[in-house]
Amino acid sequence: MIHSLFLVNSSGDIFLEKHWKSVVSRSVCDYFFEAQERASEPENVPPVIPTPHHYLISVLRHRIYFVAVIQSEVPPLFVIEFLHRVVDTFQDYFGVCTEAAIKDNVVVVYELLEEMLDNGFPLATESNILKELIKPPTILRTVVNTITGSTNVGEQLPTGQLSVVPWRRTGVKYTNNEAYFDVVEEIDAIIDKSGSTITAEIQGVIDACVKLTGMPDLTLSFMNPRLLDDVSFHPCVRFKRWEAERILSFIPPDGNFRLLSYHVSSQNLVAIPVYVKHNITFREGSSQGRFELTLGPKQTMGKGVEAVLVSSQLPRGVLNTNLNPTQGTYTFDPVTKLLSWDVGKINPQKLPSLKGSMSLQAGASKPDENPTINIQFKIQQSALSGLKVNRLDMYGEKYKPFKGIKYMTKAGKFQVRT
Amino acid sequence: IVCLIDYMLESNKESLKLEAMKRVVGLIAKGKNASELFPAVVKNVASKNIEVLKKLVYVYLVRYAEEQQDLALLSISTFQRALKDPNQLIRASALRVLSSIRVPIIVPIMMLAIKEAASDMSPYVRKTSAHAIQKLYSLDQDQKDLLIEVIEKLLKDKSTLVAGSVVMAFEEVCPDRIDLIHKNYRKLCNLLVDVEEWGQVVIISMLTRYARTQFTSPWKEDGVFDEHSERAFYESDEEKTRNEPEAKPYMMDPDHRLLLRNTKPLLQSRNTAVVMSVAQLYWHLAPKNEVSIVTKSLVRLLRSHREVQYIVLQNIASMSIQRKGMFEPYMKSFYVRSTDATHIKSLKLEILTSLANEANISTVLREFQTYVKSQDKEFAAGTIQAIGRCATNISEVTDTCLNGLVLLLSNRDETVVAESVVVIRKLLQTQPTQHSDIIKHMAKLFDNITVPMARASILWLMGEYCERVPKIAPDVLRKMAKSFTSEEDIVKLQTVNLAAKLYLTNSKQTKLLTQYILNLGKYDQNYDIRDRTRFIRQLIVPNDKNGALSKYAHRILLAPKPAPLLESAYKDRDRYQLGTLSHTINTKASGYLELSDWPAVAPDQSVRNVEVIEPVKIHHFIFPSTAHPTPSGSDAESRVENSSQSSEESDESSSQSEKSSSESESDSEKKKRKTKTPLQKKTVKPTAKDGPYLSKCYQPTFCSSDLFIFSLILSVCPPVYSALSPLSLSFPLQVSGPAFVPEKSHDLLHRMTGKGLSAQYQFPRQPCLYQPTMVSVQISLTNTSDHPLEQIHIGDRSPTGLNIHCFNTVECLEPEASVTVFMGIDFNDSTQAANFQLCTKEDHFSVSIQPAVGDLFLPITMTELDFRKEQGKLLGMNESSATITMAAENMTSQPISRPVATVANLGVVPSGQDDIHRCVFAGKTASSGAVVLVTVELRESSTALITINTEKSVMGSMLLRDLKQALAQA
Repeated sequence: MIHSLFLVNSSGDIFLEKHWKSVVSRSVCDYFFEAQERASEPENVPPVIPTPHHYLISVLRHRIYFVAVIQSEVPPLFVIEFLHRVVDTFQDYFGVCTEAAIKDNVVVVYELLEEMLDNGFPLATESNILKELIKPPTILRTVVNTITGSTNVGEQLPTGQLSVVPWRRTGVKYTNNEAYFDVVEEIDAIIDKSGSTITAEIQGVIDACVKLTGMPDLTLSFMNPRLLDDVSFHPCVRFKRWEAERILSFIPPDGNFRLLSYHVSSQNLVAIPVYVKHNITFREGSSQGRFELTLGPKQTMGKGVEAVLVSSQLPRGVLNTNLNPTQGTYTFDPVTKLLSWDVGKINPQKLPSLKGSMSLQAGASKPDENPTINIQFKIQQSALSGLKVNRLDMYGEKYKPFKGIKYMTKAGKFQVRT
Repeated sequence: IVCLIDYMLESNKESLKLEAMKRVVGLIAKGKNASELFPAVVKNVASKNIEVLKKLVYVYLVRYAEEQQDLALLSISTFQRALKDPNQLIRASALRVLSSIRVPIIVPIMMLAIKEAASDMSPYVRKTSAHAIQKLYSLDQDQKDLLIEVIEKLLKDKSTLVAGSVVMAFEEVCPDRIDLIHKNYRKLCNLLVDVEEWGQVVIISMLTRYARTQFTSPWKEDGVFDEHSERAFYESDEEKTRNEPEAKPYMMDPDHRLLLRNTKPLLQSRNTAVVMSVAQLYWHLAPKNEVSIVTKSLVRLLRSHREVQYIVLQNIASMSIQRKGMFEPYMKSFYVRSTDATHIKSLKLEILTSLANEANISTVLREFQTYVKSQDKEFAAGTIQAIGRCATNISEVTDTCLNGLVLLLSNRDETVVAESVVVIRKLLQTQPTQHSDIIKHMAKLFDNITVPMARASILWLMGEYCERVPKIAPDVLRKMAKSFTSEEDIVKLQTVNLAAKLYLTNSKQTKLLTQYILNLGKYDQNYDIRDRTRFIRQLIVPNDKNGALSKYAHRILLAPKPAPLLESAYKDRDRYQLGTLSHTINTKASGYLELSDWPAVAPDQSVRNVEVIEPVKIHHFIFPSTAHPTPSGSDAESRVENSSQSSEESDESSSQSEKSSSESESDSEKKKRKTKTPLQKKTVKPTAKDGPYLSKCYQPTFCSSDLFIFSLILSVCPPVYSALSPLSLSFPLQVSGPAFVPEKSHDLLHRMTGKGLSAQYQFPRQPCLYQPTMVSVQISLTNTSDHPLEQIHIGDRSPTGLNIHCFNTVECLEPEASVTVFMGIDFNDSTQAANFQLCTKEDHFSVSIQPAVGDLFLPITMTELDFRKEQGKLLGMNESSATITMAAENMTSQPISRPVATVANLGVVPSGQDDIHRCVFAGKTASSGAVVLVTVELRESSTALITINTEKSVMGSMLLRDLKQALAQA
């Protein structure tokens, strides 16, 4: 299946290669570089590139291209999903997934890749199993290892691999038993010129951090499970139980994991939590344009809108801007024409606004399109859809765990057309 | 550096060696050559102390063994030793490295190691051996036959760990050996949910191919994919049951259904590849009306990473061409955002265009208007093409689109204008008569447009419709004559064309111009243009040599031309299986396996039967899968002994009957029973609905006489249970007594295995006393030994979730005595056997009760009207039907109700009409209370049509099979 893997950085250098079958010359990446050159943006490199003898399937994460070399038919999503899993694992191990981190830990990276694929077929991708096979590097362990010459590699086969709960390692022990669940909802929306909503939908996830001793069996129930329209589960969730009772019943993996992703049924009208008033005009013949933008909260159920960030790709004709924010800071990059305004928290009494003028290229005709405005924000302690966890119960173990649930709403792809 | 590392490796200090190896791995990772170090590294392969050092040596060895074959052989013995290690991890890793060393000389050693590992205790090692098969195969293809043997063996493995890997090996080594799959098919289907996610993808894609060779098409014959297929499906369905009974009805193979059912939960997987593979399985295998269940999940995947979106959108693009209805409700999910990557944008545009129809076109066009203004000009151009496609596809908006496009001609951006011109040209071709003003407008614009494709398009339009613009066309040609030399090739060609056409229609004005242009073209640098010029000159300018052809010049050049079809680029992608690499790149990738067409006649389905019914290991924790249906013998031949109707026993009190059952083994009871017999006989006769038959087959001898009492007990309870069972039906389901009770009893425990205790069971077909969802089972226990047996009771059961109501412990059973007890089992509407232990004081015996599908029903009373109403709700996939040839005696002598009632515990629905050729039966499943409706219609020439409507489609198809058998042979 997966023949080889090349990691390519943004300047087009291969900084790591790994082969699972016979060696494929790195010259195969020339086809990739060609495509990279053709693409105007890094994201525009096609994920699948056919070459005379191989196929290159790549993903771009953290400004690193992970290029897999394939020799014969395989579902492309299989490879893509796997590559993303590799990135997730690196992130899990090293905290960040950057070129420097990978180069520093090249031995661990190699060991990981060796365990994750055998002959190009995924072997162990579950983080709990990998962590038993190869211990993540910590500063303390690195020091100890250099002194004693001992290793990061486990010597026993992870018992989980053979058990009925392959995702959980055995013999977990904690002094403080705790289980935290974060319900994070993202709202995707397109708002049109007049302020009416063209499309809006809510997608959510429940991320869990479970640190419980032994083999706990958890059930999580919702006050309003009917809200969930389409769900996907971590493999630990018992599907039958969900089908029958709308209860999440599972033996959790140890540590952080994503329990559930869901989509809120589109019948429910989505309350858009912020509104934008904008007035962006370019006048014919003049080299000036007006720019006015005001943000305000709307239907937030009393919760504050925080970490607001507005960004917009201004038309190519704009040379510079001269704007005044009532709060926060704004920047404009004259090369990429990217305007970004870090607003911070919205104060409902004193709405933040950004006003001023744009200077256009002299003599050029007025741009015929207005820019789109992308907005990011966060609302703490509230799930926009109204989803509420009813209770969390634990069976199978005797101690009393500490349980916590946090709600948050974020902007996903939130765009305002002007 | 290399020298330094070499030195470090030679050192005695382990830590120094380790450091050296780490550097070596660093070199390998960077792609630097480290092959010189081979001798020094290989020495460490047997290193005892440090596990990590060994691992790094393995990494090195696998990388360079191919280049240094002789030296690599030195290490082999170490691995051979490790293959025998007690630690499974070491065995597995030894096999992994050994099989990764690509040295042809060790092929026999590898073969031996693989064979041994394939029967290893540890499933992890067996999994590794499945991987090793592929490695060995790629090294030496001559080993194929031996490897297939190993694959065959591993396919039988019941571990979920192995399943994915061995199917992968199968796909790589012998994908054409479909015969190896037959026996493992059901097992694979059932294990599927518990296999790790990567294995699921591989197994699903293999099973898709398998199913296409083994099952008949669930798509109706006329159901060639088209946008109306969904409607056509239902229409044809109704017609078939009413008007065209002779059309061959389709019945889905239960194994086909099993696959569809067991893959459905995987749509909820977090792994996008798994979701996609299930989606393609449904697309290629499911009946048309079921495919749309994958829609929601596919749309969900669009939230994932950019690369995932790209692949999923491609597949949706292919799907949406054939089935608009599937994705139309989710149209807003395909709206383009300015932050999307360009290839994502164009795919979304493609899908929006395919989804557009009369109803939503105005919304779509409004969206497109925004896109046209996009800063991404490539995307704006794509949008214009999309508008063109909408305009041709939906005639209502053609004019609107055309006007919109004409407005775009005054756009400031050149690419937008050019694209508009090209699209307008195509649109005009479809209806040129009304639009001469647009052509004039475009001629005016001609001077300002510089994009060659657009210029060429305008020139072509001028030439083609020169009669409509007789004044303008020659003027345009004049301008072109001036600038001919500086034009692009494509424009030059069209200029020559225009000149030729004008020469033919208006030679007075353009003769000289044409001559001039042809002369210019004659000396052009491009040979295409020189060729074209020469050809045109010969064609249009008459001279003595070629008079023959120039006669036809007018017809050649000015023939009416068919309008171009504006089609999707994804139109023909469906020749590749969805979700494959070949589909993505739209060419056949190496190793692509074609999906075969459905066979016209299904191959023998019994090949999938497994001789020993193996208890399928059900993974208790996640996605418990339902067991596969096992064929069970029909009770068709059994003698009909007794019957009771719910109405007849109202005079019997339940207390009395309960008492009688508890004492049923005593002699006095037997007498009592005999006295009752006449009473029973009397009551049966007048109330029986199938009077003639009943009285004929009714026999007063009770072989298993307890049955009688049992029927007395039970027939009083139905009213209670119909009140208890919560049924979401429009009318209460009145459970009636069974029409017939076949007296066939089955061996539960033979006296030889039971150490003297023998047990037989049968289904009295009565609603269970203990719980309405249970099926009641009557068990007769006999002591054939010479000593009394004490404390007979039920012990452990499996599956553990099995809901059994046990009989009261029989304290003592004297030699030669027998006792009849009743128990209730919730079979959960499946024919999976209920396994439990029958225990005496000293012994346990494992026994199992296997119900026939007909025993899982309870008859209900229903009027014909209600029957029709219910049937109306259970069409489509809930309906299965078959035409059979009836045995001769069935046609003549008695009503069909007899064999039907023998097979299945269903109630007869009184038919109001005098329609003697139609018999209808109604029942519900014991466990879930799903309604089961059976219609048997007699036809001429001794054929009959059986139709079964139930939402439990698996039970429906099993029942259909049993009925077919019974009616055909009885």
